Amino acid sequence: MELFLQTLVNGTLIGGLYAIIGIGMTLIMGVMGIINLAHGQIMMIAMYITWVLWQFLGIDPLLSLFISIPLVYVLGDLMARYLLYPLMEKESILPENQVLMTVGIGMVLVELARTIFTSDYRSVQTSYSDIVWRLGHISLSVPVVIDFFIAIAFTGAMFWFLIKTDIGRSIRATAQDKEAAILMGVSAKKITILTFALGSSLTAAAGTLFLPIYYLYPDVGPIFTLKAFVITILGGLGSTVGAIAGGLVLGIAETFGATYISMGYRDAFGLIIFLLVLIFMPGGLKSLTKV
Amino acid sequence: MLKLENVNMSYGDIQVLWDVSFEVKEAEILVLVGANGAGKSSTLKTISGLQRVRSGKIIFNGEDITQLPAEEVITRGIVHVPEGRRLFNEMTVEENLVMGSLNGESKKLRSQTMEECYELFPRLLERRKQLAGTLSGGEQQMLAVARGLMAKPKLLMLDEPSLGLAPVLVQDIFDIVKSVNKQGITVLLVEQNVQSTLTFCDRAYVLENGKIGISGTGKELLNNEHVKTAYLGI
Ligand SMILES: Nc1ncnc2c1ncn2[C@@H]1O[C@H](COP(=O)(O)OP(=O)(O)O)[C@@H](O)[C@H]1O
Ligand SMILES: [Mg+2]
Repeated sequence: MELFLQTLVNGTLIGGLYAIIGIGMTLIMGVMGIINLAHGQIMMIAMYITWVLWQFLGIDPLLSLFISIPLVYVLGDLMARYLLYPLMEKESILPENQVLMTVGIGMVLVELARTIFTSDYRSVQTSYSDIVWRLGHISLSVPVVIDFFIAIAFTGAMFWFLIKTDIGRSIRATAQDKEAAILMGVSAKKITILTFALGSSLTAAAGTLFLPIYYLYPDVGPIFTLKAFVITILGGLGSTVGAIAGGLVLGIAETFGATYISMGYRDAFGLIIFLLVLIFMPGGLKSLTKV
Repeated sequence: MLKLENVNMSYGDIQVLWDVSFEVKEAEILVLVGANGAGKSSTLKTISGLQRVRSGKIIFNGEDITQLPAEEVITRGIVHVPEGRRLFNEMTVEENLVMGSLNGESKKLRSQTMEECYELFPRLLERRKQLAGTLSGGEQQMLAVARGLMAKPKLLMLDEPSLGLAPVLVQDIFDIVKSVNKQGITVLLVEQNVQSTLTFCDRAYVLENGKIGISGTGKELLNNEHVKTAYLGI
């Protein structure tokens, strides 16, 4: 029972980080109608930024959030403005071509990282990395708990932004009916670029938070793209609330698999859940609630 | 107020508007009638910038708006309430109204205009926290019109607001159109509901296969032989 609870807690904490990756992906999917297959690679860039800041300047990962997020925001803005949006403007070009473009972007980012940083495994060891809190029989790793609460804060801020501001409402409106949004005076171009940059920033936040608890190497990118994809499908494609549920489910499933079956197949359990969902619940978790 | 001069428009290779020219005058209710597929919606989309002209000009209050991006047309005071309502279904009534007032003056006047809309449509006030997608057809149409009014239009373009509504509700919508017009808002109304619209409009044009046919006052058209046989079934 203790092991079960411990596993549940660990899974939930990781799931919080997965949730912000998934929300980023979901926002992009909603507005642009595409799956961003460079999502994990963008996260990897944020991880390398964080690692460099730590390695060469000694900046704590929590502080480098203030650097990695803006940098990746700008990167996302440029990618959307010059690589993705131009494909969107031409009606003759199918949305598939934008997806292919994200695949290309993803490959370039991985090889760029390999060239600059080699394939070596990197990690960050902070002063609080190994501190553990004990809560009864359950132990909580301090950096993971901190990350979880920061992830919740980002999620809350994002929801506030989407619900309470005109720009946030415009993002939701564009996702629901782009043409109607344009008639309201929303610039589809501005909103598309903004959404891609914001979605990238969210995943950048996750990357920076993940670094102290995860090894970093260039191929982390594709692994997390796949996870983001799984989370989004679990969440029912395009639902931000669903993405949170999807993130938690993936985090918990992976942790249970790793604990009870085998550590080495951690990443495989998420995929198994993914396949099961595709086969038995093609609408994602959302189809359970019928909304 | 609004002038179209020899507008030609096509979707890809298929031309749907042929040398369309007409004028909307300040403070009137102008109706564009025509059969299904005549090009009424296409005309409105061209005015609001969703579709680009192949040739011709669109002039609004002296300004050439032919090449103006769609998202800027609304800032000039032209508001297009599209066919099929096109609400943001997963947003509340109130959020839909807010979305109508994103720009300039309309944003400053947002809460005041919203109260006016609720006065005009008490049903929407009752349902302000409800998702637009859960409203009845009539309520959705009212919301679509109200969302348009939130933008403080000078020219309100309504595309078949009566579509799919029960006859009683159709009358309600037309009454609203009239009262909106009384407040000084010019109305360009697109309708297939020829009989009733011709009775209350100021002027009307008939659009046939993408070309402007007969025009005149509502009364004139009601008595026109061609209109009688083709649209009124008399
Ligand atoms: N997006 C589109 N792509 C291609 N053809 C279209 C499109 N929208 C409308 N059409 C065609 O243009 C013509 C005019 O349509 P429309 O303007 O919707 O007519 P109306 O509103 O009078 O019923 C029709 O023949 C229709 O099939
Ligand atoms: Mg039409």
